[in-house]
Amino acid sequence: MTQIADPVQLQARKLDTGKVRQARISGWALLGLAALVAFVFGQDVVGDATFRLSRPNDPLALPNLVIPALPFTYIVAAILAFLGVRLFLQGGVRWTSLALGFGLFLAVAAFLVWATAGKSFSLTGMLQATVVRAVPIALGGLAGVLSERVAVVNIAIEGMLLAGAFTGALIGSLLGGLGGLFAAVAVGGLFGFILAALVVTYRVDQIIAGVVINLFVLGVTSYVSSQVYQEHRFLNNAPVFAPVKIPVLGDLPVIGPVLFYQNIFVYGAVIMVAVATYYLFHTRMGLRARAVGEHPRAADTLGINVYRTRYVNVTVAGMVAGFGGAWFTLGSVGRFDENMTGGRGYIGLAAMIFGRWHPVGALMAALVFGFADSLQQKLALLNTPIPSEFLAMSPYIATIVLVAGLIGRARPPAADGKAYVKE
Amino acid sequence: MTDPQPPGTLSDQLLDRAAPDRTAFEDLVVVPILAVFIALVLGALTMFATNVDLPTIGRSYVALLEGSVGSLSAISETLTAAMPLTLAGLGIALGFRAGLFNIGAEGQVLIGGMAAVIVGFSFDGLPAAIHLPLALLAGAIAGGLYASIAGWLRAATGAHEVISTIMLNLISYRLVDYLLRLDFIQREGRADPISRSVLETAELPRLLTWIDANLRLHAGIFLMLAAVVVIHWLLFRTKLGFEFRASGASPDAARYAGMRAGLIIVLAMGMAGALAGLAGANQGLGVLGRATPGFSAGIGFDAIAVALLGRSHPYGVLLAGLLFGALEAGGRQMQVDAGVSIDLIGIIQALIIVFIAAPLLVRSLFPWAFRKLAKVGRE
Repeated sequence: MTQIADPVQLQARKLDTGKVRQARISGWALLGLAALVAFVFGQDVVGDATFRLSRPNDPLALPNLVIPALPFTYIVAAILAFLGVRLFLQGGVRWTSLALGFGLFLAVAAFLVWATAGKSFSLTGMLQATVVRAVPIALGGLAGVLSERVAVVNIAIEGMLLAGAFTGALIGSLLGGLGGLFAAVAVGGLFGFILAALVVTYRVDQIIAGVVINLFVLGVTSYVSSQVYQEHRFLNNAPVFAPVKIPVLGDLPVIGPVLFYQNIFVYGAVIMVAVATYYLFHTRMGLRARAVGEHPRAADTLGINVYRTRYVNVTVAGMVAGFGGAWFTLGSVGRFDENMTGGRGYIGLAAMIFGRWHPVGALMAALVFGFADSLQQKLALLNTPIPSEFLAMSPYIATIVLVAGLIGRARPPAADGKAYVKE
Repeated sequence: MTDPQPPGTLSDQLLDRAAPDRTAFEDLVVVPILAVFIALVLGALTMFATNVDLPTIGRSYVALLEGSVGSLSAISETLTAAMPLTLAGLGIALGFRAGLFNIGAEGQVLIGGMAAVIVGFSFDGLPAAIHLPLALLAGAIAGGLYASIAGWLRAATGAHEVISTIMLNLISYRLVDYLLRLDFIQREGRADPISRSVLETAELPRLLTWIDANLRLHAGIFLMLAAVVVIHWLLFRTKLGFEFRASGASPDAARYAGMRAGLIIVLAMGMAGALAGLAGANQGLGVLGRATPGFSAGIGFDAIAVALLGRSHPYGVLLAGLLFGALEAGGRQMQVDAGVSIDLIGIIQALIIVFIAAPLLVRSLFPWAFRKLAKVGRE
């Protein structure tokens, strides 16, 4: 090679080797899954796996889904091996992520069949739990998307969720559920505004500001709950929103109870994700917001008010997180406990990255995380030899893999995390 | 992360560095003192807002003072609480100096503490002179390796360390839950997740039991002081420390000067994790004598505050660690004497950091404290 290569070509080849490397790593991963399914799940599997799809008194009852465990395991292993070899020989570079996603889905199915072999298990119940558990994660992720799209890193989601949960319980006890919900949204918005003020006006480092808000909210809510709630229990006894059945759709088997017989938080989350997607990608305001996140100086030059855009979006993100926080009290138990969000905000952050800074992606990622969460709960019942802790870790490991770009890379908005100083 | 510097030309900045004027003094000394003051006032207002009467508020702040420095046992408690905060805070400060934001101290404390406890109960019959250093070393290495994962990912793939350390925190909680149920770790005859007890030969010896058997001050204090001195020497007197600071101040300049950016990131992260691991070992071997789920008790997050308050300078971190230790110890006394929940201390700590991190806010609240000093400095 004596001649200097054309830079564009060089760039293209570089990208290509990146894709090939991803395909190869994915191929290894699929082969590993195939081996796992064949040699671990296939070894001591006996009998049929019975999945209950309907409760006996449902209007449109479906029969149980019965899967013979051993043949299913081997078929899955064969498909996984085929996909892996195909990727490994670079036959399907274009479909890397699709093949990997499908492979993971099959592996999870094989795992479920293996775990349930010889027993029976309510699939609908687990899916329902998945959706319920995904709600705060999805709303946290959506809050992250809204603020990171204007280049404000939002570590404070955790604190906003906790503040929403606390306010929901306190005001909900005094004024009823709806009042509590509005108050939680308002307080979430307040903390969003505080975050915006700290990072935009006072130019505090964004991550420090987030950590501080988390510490502050944890301190205040824990203090009040141990100082005040101990004596005045009526202040911590909020009503819980009951599930609302959507007519006709709610009676459908499987998807009825999973999607159309839930409380307003589930519907709210879906609506908010739809509205946020429309706002960010199909309105003028959304385009401006994204411009502020990608290149604030250019946006400023074109006359967009960078500071105001950041204030507005981060405040709205706080309101979304406040709504998600209210789920913990008004949507499930009606009572506030110290640190009851337990890191869900950070998982929401992971869902945002997993969903590649897109509202729908964050929702999907939240469903995956919710599934892992509810699966972990059921594992204890099914009594499998795999420790449930490893399953609980898997979403976080997957997030690290994704952030590191080993299998596909998630790209944040270009100006993410940087303060903007107007000239 | 660099300190928020007032925008100015390069020559202004160089001049500031050569002859620090009153502004630097204000940022280093006046702002922290005012921050602590405002935080205490706002803490009193919080109590007032939750129906605590004025005499009780007064009594609680007296108890806070007494419980932190009012007696020998209070000082012992303050120092005991300050040790892990200072150790982990030093690690985070080291990361800040190298331009890394390590949110993962909590996980590194857990993993380091777990390793130290496991070594602490595993080797029966070793003399204390070997067993104790071995257990401490295990804690430091485990914490360091765990943090290096994030450092390596940053260096090799560009994955941002804030995200990967948050994920490593979440993973570490599950990992500890799992480890505590393993046969050789879980205490015999117990169904709940609790480890075996650390053997006497691996315990950090208590120093003041000859005065009163209840004094908990232990040999970890030497560890803390040694770490402060060593990190100060490392940062400001060695080539490696210079490379850390150069990479933190200007990664591009450091790279052009021929420093190996990737290696520096991994080393800085690993050392930060080793210090956090030592903090965990300090808790496991000196205070608790066993491991339970979440025995880190938020030390890793408080340590971020300690590093910020100490301005990422080892001696500053020591002072900040002592202050937070005093708040912690005094808070317990406050809870007993005045019946005010210790969670108030969390509010005060968070408020201190808000004001430290936002000097502009403090300046706008107390313009008189600064205008006067600034005038003197500029003349």
